[in-house]
Amino acid sequence: MDGITGILLRRLLLVIPVLWAVVTLVFLLLHLVPGDPVLAFLGETATPEQVAEMRHRFGLDRPLLEQYANYWKQVLRGDLGVTFVDRRPVAEKILSRYPATLQLAVAALLVAVLIAIPLGVTAARHHGGIRDAVASVMALLGIALPNFALGPLLILLFSVKLGLLPPSGFGDPAHLILPALTLGAALAAILTRLVRTSVLEELHQDYVKTARAKGLNERTVLYRHVLRNSLIPVVTIVGLQFGVLLGGAIITERIFNWPGIGTLTIEAIAARDYPLVQGCLLVIALTYIVVNTATDLLYRVLDPRIKVE
Amino acid sequence: MGWTGKIGWVLVLGLLLVALWAPRLAPHDIQAQDLAARLQPPSRAHPMGRDEFGRDVLSRLLYGARVSLRVGLLVVAICASVGTIIGALAGYYGGWTDRLISGFLFNTFLAFPGILLALAMIAFLGPSVNHLILALSIIGWVSYARLIRGQVLKVKELDFVQAARAMGASDARILLRHVLPNVVQPLIVQATLGVAGAVLAEASLSFLGLGVQEPMPSWGKMLDSGRAYLTTAPHLVLFPGLAIAVTVLAFNLAGDGLNEWLNPQRPRR
Repeated sequence: MDGITGILLRRLLLVIPVLWAVVTLVFLLLHLVPGDPVLAFLGETATPEQVAEMRHRFGLDRPLLEQYANYWKQVLRGDLGVTFVDRRPVAEKILSRYPATLQLAVAALLVAVLIAIPLGVTAARHHGGIRDAVASVMALLGIALPNFALGPLLILLFSVKLGLLPPSGFGDPAHLILPALTLGAALAAILTRLVRTSVLEELHQDYVKTARAKGLNERTVLYRHVLRNSLIPVVTIVGLQFGVLLGGAIITERIFNWPGIGTLTIEAIAARDYPLVQGCLLVIALTYIVVNTATDLLYRVLDPRIKVE
Repeated sequence: MGWTGKIGWVLVLGLLLVALWAPRLAPHDIQAQDLAARLQPPSRAHPMGRDEFGRDVLSRLLYGARVSLRVGLLVVAICASVGTIIGALAGYYGGWTDRLISGFLFNTFLAFPGILLALAMIAFLGPSVNHLILALSIIGWVSYARLIRGQVLKVKELDFVQAARAMGASDARILLRHVLPNVVQPLIVQATLGVAGAVLAEASLSFLGLGVQEPMPSWGKMLDSGRAYLTTAPHLVLFPGLAIAVTVLAFNLAGDGLNEWLNPQRPRR
């Protein structure tokens, strides 16, 4: 098949083995638990009858291959099983927390882009100067300072010392600011460096000289011509980093008591509620794959010179 | 090497010495509790104050460097070794070997956010330093394998490799004596930057309670337990945060500096 449709279809086909591997891996994780997951959950005081009943209830007394086949059937139906703790549907629990995580990740992405583009463009424009150095130092700090150190420091400054923003909670837009800043800082740092390099490269292109020769002012040249071309690699990194944001969200949610899927994962791990942990991991991984594939497809549409490897 | 790179290497060396000499440098016993003096701010006897059990923060921070660097260096050593072997096989043999390794294995491992896979493994295996090292190695080798594969693909077409093959050298000899020595430079750069990533990952997982366990001090864990006393004893968050940031910064600067020094023609990242 030729043309863009063929390229897109082939790229989508590449996702299938990855999806298979992810589901299989998440299934196998349960069997990594030393000893027995049910025993680990119930503890040493459980009677053999209780253990047997629960193993039967969760199908863990079936042969491994049968369990694997059943797991696939469930996943394809969108059923992620029931939790160990209160035997409620895993999918229902995850769905109730998912929007909060998505909200946080999107806000962090926005924060990162809003910081990185002006900072990166300024650094490139004043290449080698003091503003470039300041932007570089800020970018390095953003990369070096992990979100679990940055989060508490932001709380200390903006909530404890200045009393401007709430230290934790959920609901108001004000509650979103510190978590989004914490989660978005590292991405802002990476993007700043990328925008700077990308703009610097574009500034040496012939069309920039032409635009300047036409008498366009520097602002128009920079924002209408250069930035538009510099943003193609930035779009890709933003897409790829969205998954990293989902990973980082687990830590950020814990710092700010944000009721998202990350907090749910940590709670499930602490309670040894393995079906819930499996469900959370699967949903986060699937989100990551969907966003990555979408970014890749978008990139190919934006820049048709890229081939499927 | 630029001055930032040099600063990076000086810091790296300093950190290694601190980790090595932690028992001699630590002014107090890291387990000695004094509940009467809990959460004490920095003082002359305790330059970084005391924690929620009255233990000396500076001493625990020095011992924490041991854990961080041990995990960081071990993970990178394992990842670089495994990645080199797998990447070299894929790049050198090509064909189905390469399709299986780079087409399937790489894509599958990169389909997960790394930290999530590590977290998942530790959640099911149970938290411990060894499980942490195992999990971080399993997610970390891919980037090294990709790097080495790309390098080997380039080097194996060069004249001296073709000449060795024409002279009847075995595959093992060609790989070990001719190809690998020529791909070592980018590997060292990536490994230096990789230590920063591994240190950060260790601290993140320990922060979530899934890494280093008591009584061993770890920067990530110190930060987590310090959060509860943010208003009364901010030094409990400040110093471990600073330690992590300086370590990550040091290895990043050192790696970038090394890269610049080895490849003067290549533009800075």
